[in-house]
Amino acid sequence: MRSIPVLPGLLAAALALPVALAAQAADASTTATTATAPVVNVERLDYGLRARALAPGAWVVEGANADFTVPNGCNIINTGFFSTGAGVVVVNTGTSRKYGEQLRALIARTTAEPVVQVIHLNLHPDYFLGNQGFADVPRLATPATRAGMAREAEAYATNLYRLCGDWMKATEPLLPDRDLDVPAAGRRWQVGSREFELHELQGHTDSDLVLIDRASGTAFVGGLVFTDRIPTTPHARIAPWLASLDRLPALLQAAGVRTVVPSHGPVRGDLQGLAQTQRFLQWLDASFTRWAREGWDMNEVLRAPVPAEFRGWAAFQTEYIRNVAHLYPRYEREVLTAGRTTGR
Amino acid sequence: MKTSSSLRWTWLLGLALAALAVQAAPPAKPAAAAKAPTAAAAATTAAADPYEGDPFKSLPWGDMRREYLGGERAVFDERVTVRGPAFAEDPMNVPVTVSVQGLEGIERIVILVDRNPIRRVLEYQPMAALPAVSFRFKLEQASPVRAAVRTRDGLWHVGGTWVDSAGGGCTVSGATRKDGSWTQTLGLVSGKVFDGAPAASSAATPVPGAARLRLRVMHPMDTGLVGGIPAFYVNKLSVRDEADRELLRLATYEPVSENPVFSFDFPARPTGSLRIVGTDNNGNRIDARLD
Repeated sequence: MRSIPVLPGLLAAALALPVALAAQAADASTTATTATAPVVNVERLDYGLRARALAPGAWVVEGANADFTVPNGCNIINTGFFSTGAGVVVVNTGTSRKYGEQLRALIARTTAEPVVQVIHLNLHPDYFLGNQGFADVPRLATPATRAGMAREAEAYATNLYRLCGDWMKATEPLLPDRDLDVPAAGRRWQVGSREFELHELQGHTDSDLVLIDRASGTAFVGGLVFTDRIPTTPHARIAPWLASLDRLPALLQAAGVRTVVPSHGPVRGDLQGLAQTQRFLQWLDASFTRWAREGWDMNEVLRAPVPAEFRGWAAFQTEYIRNVAHLYPRYEREVLTAGRTTGR
Repeated sequence: MKTSSSLRWTWLLGLALAALAVQAAPPAKPAAAAKAPTAAAAATTAAADPYEGDPFKSLPWGDMRREYLGGERAVFDERVTVRGPAFAEDPMNVPVTVSVQGLEGIERIVILVDRNPIRRVLEYQPMAALPAVSFRFKLEQASPVRAAVRTRDGLWHVGGTWVDSAGGGCTVSGATRKDGSWTQTLGLVSGKVFDGAPAASSAATPVPGAARLRLRVMHPMDTGLVGGIPAFYVNKLSVRDEADRELLRLATYEPVSENPVFSFDFPARPTGSLRIVGTDNNGNRIDARLD
């Protein structure tokens, strides 16, 4: 018996979920340890991408659970692909032109089907800067994600060239070219023999797509869930994010999901990653609220004690600095009161 | 081999530049005559070390000392602490906290950034406040960030930290400039006095009964380095108590962040309401009362 982490909010969902994810929970740790870490060759700019089958016709391509560095090729994202009988659907395209091209080659080595669709789960750079490898394929994203990518693409590219150097060679943002409209109740998306289920949630960004494949019991949950890693927050709003995490378990359960693929951190056979992200966001929200009320400056927040659990997660050293820079100003504004303008 | 010879050339070049700088120094003005020995001492140091003892070995330092510290003698002093993040996640808003421990007779604190196109960020006269200030500023590229503290004896005590940056902080418009909303909020002040020094206080030594003032002033703080947008920034701020006694005084410059938030610490909570007065470089007045 392996217990699924139970927290307020998750409690009800977890109790309602024993079959859906707990049946798979026994090999949850196996799922994590058998992750096929890429073997990066910096000299040859070879990401060493590997496809790991999660179920027949469903593959994940795992990145390092870390921050962007030259030695890991700045490959920190989990992408994936599905064969459908009518061609391959690719979920996110990685950080660079080279990543996109190497992913395309990997898909060609793995399945005989041609690539027919690309889908982007949110607006962040490692979800679409590999699009040059899929220039001939329709590329779908929600309208909010498309608008966000158009707004931020140049800044992303500049920043990643600086952080990743040669890995970014010849990368130019190529945006998605088709709208994917997802009603509030979610939608079905049929490609060949596979019927995907799509849900547009929010909070990590303004549009966080969750893609579920019932046939394989696989969910790509994008940036809503970080496993063993500090969440990234450049476009985050905590309250809607927590609301999305409250909603997610029921959606996964209803679809019979057995494998949860976060964009960052290990693939899990349970809701561990979801509970971790929820714990972190709740701690952040409560702490920032308290510190702002006590008058702390941003530099003091940067140096405040952080629970050992979070300090042990990947990218803590860099990502927490970013969390504070992105989110703390909103909390401090809340507590300042307007002055009375006096005689002019 | 290659590395060491190029290093040597850099060093020689630095030496030559330093020698030139010494020769180019203007003749001492009458007012500075009394400080001749000090100036000579500084010149000697410069000739021996192009960095004048700067722990960051930053070539602009000598020029900065001449331009912003009146060419007066400066020592690198661990009692002056500058804290910032290891890297600037948002180069438009880099948090910096300056605090001074165990120095008496502090007149003012000048915050300088070597590799910014505009190097002087802020000058602070603590007056009735503790010698500690926090705020956010715009960083154009990775740079030393320094605080120079002048004591009554005419000596500057300098501390600093290094902040890495992706760049672009000074040459990009702020959010309220981009969307035009700054006209609705120009000069508005908000703030609050907090009892006690926060647990991770920037105050030198947490003082029982201490208080912190946090202050936000709405202003686009345009650097003048974005095409077609001239420099437009708050240049003076002062906090007064109910008896109109001046508690602290600030001169702020272009690199201070848009809609800046400042933290100041006081040995005791100021009584009654506070008045915040100031101007920007276009002559707009800031005048608000915090109850």
